[in-house]
Amino acid sequence: MARLYEYQGKKILKLSGIKIPEGDVANTPKQAKEITERLGPPVVLKIQVWSKGRAEIGGVKFANSPEEAEQIASALLGIKVKNFIVEKLLVEKKADIDRELFAGIIIDDYHKKPMLVFSSIGGTGIEEIAREHPEAILTQHIDVLEGFPEYRARKLLTKMGFKGKILVKLSSTLSKLYKAFREYDARSAEINPLVITVDGEVVALDCHITIDDYAVYRHSDLGIEIAREFDRPPTELEKIAYKVEEKDYRGTFYFFQMTEKPDPAENYIGFHGAGGGGSMMSMDAVLKRGFKIANFTDTSGNPPASKVYRAAKIILSQPGIVGYFASGSGVASQEQFNSARGLVKAFMEDQIEIPAVLRLGGNYEEKAIEILETFSKFIPAKIEGYGRDDSPEFCADRLAELIKEGGRKVHRVKPIEEYKPPKGVYSFNTLTGKVFIDHSACAKCERKVCVDACSYGVLKFENGRPVLAIAEEDAGKGKCTECLACELACFLEGKKAIHIELPIPGLKEYREKILKEGE
Amino acid sequence: MAILINEKTRVLVQGITGREGRARTKLMKGYGTNVVAGVTPGKGGQEVEGVPVFDSVYEALEKVGEIDASAIFVPAPLVKSAALEAIDAGIKLLLLVPDRVPIHDVLEIAAHAERRGAKFIGPNTLGVLSPGRAVLGMIGGRPETAKQWFNKGDIGVSSRSGGITSAISYYISRAGFGLSTIVHVGGDAVVGLPHPDIMKLFQQDPETKMMVMFGEIGTTQEERVAEMIEKGEITKPVVAFIGGKAAKEGTRFSHAGAIVEGGRGSYASKVEKLKKAGAYIAESLMDIPKVVAEVRKKHGLD
Repeated sequence: MARLYEYQGKKILKLSGIKIPEGDVANTPKQAKEITERLGPPVVLKIQVWSKGRAEIGGVKFANSPEEAEQIASALLGIKVKNFIVEKLLVEKKADIDRELFAGIIIDDYHKKPMLVFSSIGGTGIEEIAREHPEAILTQHIDVLEGFPEYRARKLLTKMGFKGKILVKLSSTLSKLYKAFREYDARSAEINPLVITVDGEVVALDCHITIDDYAVYRHSDLGIEIAREFDRPPTELEKIAYKVEEKDYRGTFYFFQMTEKPDPAENYIGFHGAGGGGSMMSMDAVLKRGFKIANFTDTSGNPPASKVYRAAKIILSQPGIVGYFASGSGVASQEQFNSARGLVKAFMEDQIEIPAVLRLGGNYEEKAIEILETFSKFIPAKIEGYGRDDSPEFCADRLAELIKEGGRKVHRVKPIEEYKPPKGVYSFNTLTGKVFIDHSACAKCERKVCVDACSYGVLKFENGRPVLAIAEEDAGKGKCTECLACELACFLEGKKAIHIELPIPGLKEYREKILKEGE
Repeated sequence: MAILINEKTRVLVQGITGREGRARTKLMKGYGTNVVAGVTPGKGGQEVEGVPVFDSVYEALEKVGEIDASAIFVPAPLVKSAALEAIDAGIKLLLLVPDRVPIHDVLEIAAHAERRGAKFIGPNTLGVLSPGRAVLGMIGGRPETAKQWFNKGDIGVSSRSGGITSAISYYISRAGFGLSTIVHVGGDAVVGLPHPDIMKLFQQDPETKMMVMFGEIGTTQEERVAEMIEKGEITKPVVAFIGGKAAKEGTRFSHAGAIVEGGRGSYASKVEKLKKAGAYIAESLMDIPKVVAEVRKKHGLD
């Protein structure tokens, strides 16, 4: 669930017609002063972080003059709250509160319906209030095809004793909150406290809104960098990985770092799972074996070889790891040779020196293991492939043994060398990359392995040279699945005439930075 | 018998001309599923794996007659439209295969399905397989592997993870037992037929003698199964394994969720409630066949 900051959430509420206090965002103490001058004191300054209970940690302060606001702002900006550095403050006109309420909408997975949760007592400690005063809480399922018109809200609130103008304003707020919840694909939208002011207005003083990760693409205006529930800002490498996922709809790729700087003295490994359940089971096995996990990665849902390759390259951008472990459920429906090809391309390019145990059980596991075995001789480190009859525990033991046998090497990140296509090279675009074929090397080749390797019929021979058998436009739209079979087959022939360039924007620079830091 | 799908079920494939649609039609046909039609708007008149392709679900129904179930393989942003078309055309069982379907789309599909008396499995599901009879979706990958991995028998499997659905079923088969139907309920927070619904179907199925359930942290599906066992709505033995013991609990952002759910959803809550209700808990996935053997012995199932 992608979280919104309070100021972002309030923008949505305002656009939906819900009253919020007058205010603005300050990035500097000077801005805080200016906003206060404009609004007129007293004002409240609130740190913008994804955390509950900001008031208790001193993140909500009142100022009675522009100068005081400036002082408070310089004290608050830059402090660390949990894993976040405070970069923004919301400066708002102080409200005169008569009464605090709570209103939230969530999704009830069991009834498959949105659910309104309303409390006639709101404010800090709402969860305790709910436990102690269940009579103050009201819940109501909402039919998405009917929506939540104001008259329904009025019916509910009348039961709770609300009357007159307040009833009308409150009902309108709840109805608008539901509209905002639907329109912005929210997983949850909460206003706490929702206040009734001394002069009888209904105002949203604070809000928490999360957006459905899978629907963020519909709301580019929200400026969500990574559609995921983080309890810290994303790392640079996570941002690079997310760009890969965003641009390639085939299969799933998830990358999350447990640590940004794996300590070489500890037993950190690069973890590459497949599927949620299988990944969890495999992580349990390596943790039990005494390893630490540098990152969690999942490539599943029948990803193309190119996606697995990119995942491996990103995992191998972490210095300090001592092993590479790939394992999923063990009985995968996806075509495992794709994973095998993606992995060996990355391992060969990076010439890895840390051992890798790859449990690629399931559909086409024999072919996958054969690929790993064939190409392991081009990789300095020991690479072992296993299948569905080998347990994650056994595979974790194998990795420990290989690390010991190999003298426990620590992974060194390699620079990414730019591919320089030879003159007159034949090339065509694929969905996320580009295929280069050096026809001068093909002239002496008789075995035609590249065309045979292409099981999708993308390549054919013309005058003894491999060329596209389909329209270039179709290849670029995904007909060439980036399975890497032609490149690897040609490599085995010793020709190395084919290079498939699969760019990962930002990774070259990231690795350069890592290398510089290591010096 | 089995549940949800058998060799007679007349199946439609929506998105049949795409990469996944084609590959999985090949699997389904090869395994013995009665695939009667496919739909891709704009590609009517073609054939995929010998299956006629139509421009709409309505046209497919008109040309091939009754359709019992539709497997949907279109890209995630288009799932809602495909599902609503199938529901509107009167199809009563839908399988939503794609991952990353927006949750608000799922809510809309659910609302329409409820009004029309239709059910859906998924989204984010590998599907359903009744060994020796039929597969709906993509469990097994290829007909050869699907036939090799899963034995026919009397154990029903319900899982929230796709890979684990196959893994549990394969390890149970390898241990010499057999399966009535295996179901991947889907990996998302809101799914059409969660564990409690599948358990109810297994309870009613005369061929199923016991169930194996793979649960995960989050949602209240497993707790609800525990409640059903306690109330006597499920009387057949249930073996459960809950994943995510190692996962640290995320800091909750939503107060409303906490108010409504209380402490439910955690690993400890699920295991404790299931144990108390009388389900058998396997400590690791690889232990499942062993626990199944013990339970069968205890309940005289061999």
